[in-house]
Amino acid sequence: MAALQQRTLDLIRGNEEQILAQWQQNLATAGQNQDNRISQQQLDGQVRRFWQLFLQALSAGESTGPQSVQWQELRRFLEELSAERARHGFNSSETATFVFSLKRALFEQLQLGYADAKHELGDQLWAISELLDQLGLHTVKAFQKSREEVIQRQQEEMLELSTPVVKLWEGVLALPMIGTLDSQRTQVVMESLLQRIVDTGSEIAIIDITGVPTVDTLVAQHLLKTVTAIRLMGADAIISGVRPQIAQTIVHLGLDLQGIVTKANLADALALALKRTGQIVTRTEG
Amino acid sequence: MIAGNGSIPVRVEQDVVLARQTVRQLAVALGLRLIDQTKLVTAASELARNAVIHGGGGEMHWETVERGMRRGIRLAFADQGAGIADQAKALTDGWSSGSGMGLGLSGSRRLVDEFELDSAPGQGTRVTITKWS
Amino acid sequence: MDRIPILQMGDLLLVTIQVDMHDQLALTLQDDLTEKIQRSGARGVLIDISALDIVDSFIGRMISTISSLARIMDATTVLVGMQPAVAITLVELGLDLRGVRTALNVERGMRLLQQPDASP
Repeated sequence: MAALQQRTLDLIRGNEEQILAQWQQNLATAGQNQDNRISQQQLDGQVRRFWQLFLQALSAGESTGPQSVQWQELRRFLEELSAERARHGFNSSETATFVFSLKRALFEQLQLGYADAKHELGDQLWAISELLDQLGLHTVKAFQKSREEVIQRQQEEMLELSTPVVKLWEGVLALPMIGTLDSQRTQVVMESLLQRIVDTGSEIAIIDITGVPTVDTLVAQHLLKTVTAIRLMGADAIISGVRPQIAQTIVHLGLDLQGIVTKANLADALALALKRTGQIVTRTEG
Repeated sequence: MIAGNGSIPVRVEQDVVLARQTVRQLAVALGLRLIDQTKLVTAASELARNAVIHGGGGEMHWETVERGMRRGIRLAFADQGAGIADQAKALTDGWSSGSGMGLGLSGSRRLVDEFELDSAPGQGTRVTITKWS
Repeated sequence: MDRIPILQMGDLLLVTIQVDMHDQLALTLQDDLTEKIQRSGARGVLIDISALDIVDSFIGRMISTISSLARIMDATTVLVGMQPAVAITLVELGLDLRGVRTALNVERGMRLLQQPDASP
């Protein structure tokens, strides 16, 4: 990256108020403050804070560019800014505009300041441009990451919703598994089942795999790991919804279920669970 | 926001406890989920103990790493011990084989996202593990 | 040197582990427990690890060993209160503590010990 000369740094520092004013003007023109998603006050605050960290990084001496450690605080600030913008429904270009609107303001000061040295001007304009481009890109990347995190969290919540752990009876939980048991999903589901066992003090968890199309070695391994963890915690599990085809597959693959009881349907599993936990259901007269 | 690197000695068994606590603090600071914290701290405990018991004492280096937007923790356990002659064997589960590193090495590998073993007889051992948030 | 206290309740011994143990402390506990089972003739040992957020292979081995030693002295060991994250990690580590009985908490553990003894 082209290096910024001391003269440039002095120009920037010396003309701070004009630059900030111009920047804010540019932001207003871009419509950044005509938004009820962010107040003028907040925007001004962000401008000031950015500027503070910007100057700090510039003054920290020789660096290899915005990815180096001198620029870390500014990067973090931009990441927080992006995350906040993402949460408030801004799009990525609106967020990057925050950084890019500063370019023009800086360019103008440089043009004035280097009026006598056109040769150096081009060089410094390029350096500033590169710097701000990278900072702008950083906000875009951070923005995208925040959006991904929001989506990920929503996915996890949906997973939790789509695999609810149900309290079937006193001390008996049921977990209907739906769809294919791919790793990430199984992990999230496993964790929430284990936590519910602790929270409810349930001794039996019935894992129902009626909604799972195929059981192969990988699926069986996942189930086995879950049940082993459940047993380590002091509870036990029954697998229900084992259709004849699945039973055949299990035998064919020579899968060792290590004493885990399987039942064809949820009702049978519940009956067994009740028996194991010493509970009886009686029919009353009338 | 924590960033940077550091290192602590792992020479005596008390250092293994310190290693666990250090890694726990780092994991919490980086925002790792509880299950990931637990896995990383457990892996660190295994490898720190290996360094103390089999490596004659060594060091744990830690650093926070970034890959694009993702953040992670990288730990390196280095000792100047006898080194591992048969890496393949050391990496298979030695739980039932009694002496030796048992599950420490192979087990830790399953608990982390990246695992690198650098060892040869007479050249000490260096194990590097990484866990991403 | 500090030691983990062992509580005697009737013919039951209760150990509540609440500190991050260094290896020597764990071995001392193992010795103390074995000795106490012998002296007290206890029939059951409850190890409460509900406060532990880390259990590595060393502690796991210690628990297995205590269980085996207790059995030789005709006492049953029950491990109680393992946290979910610990359970998942132990399974991934490859430890399944076969032969060690478990319960959700001390109360259930005691109930388990009062039942007619079936081999684990």
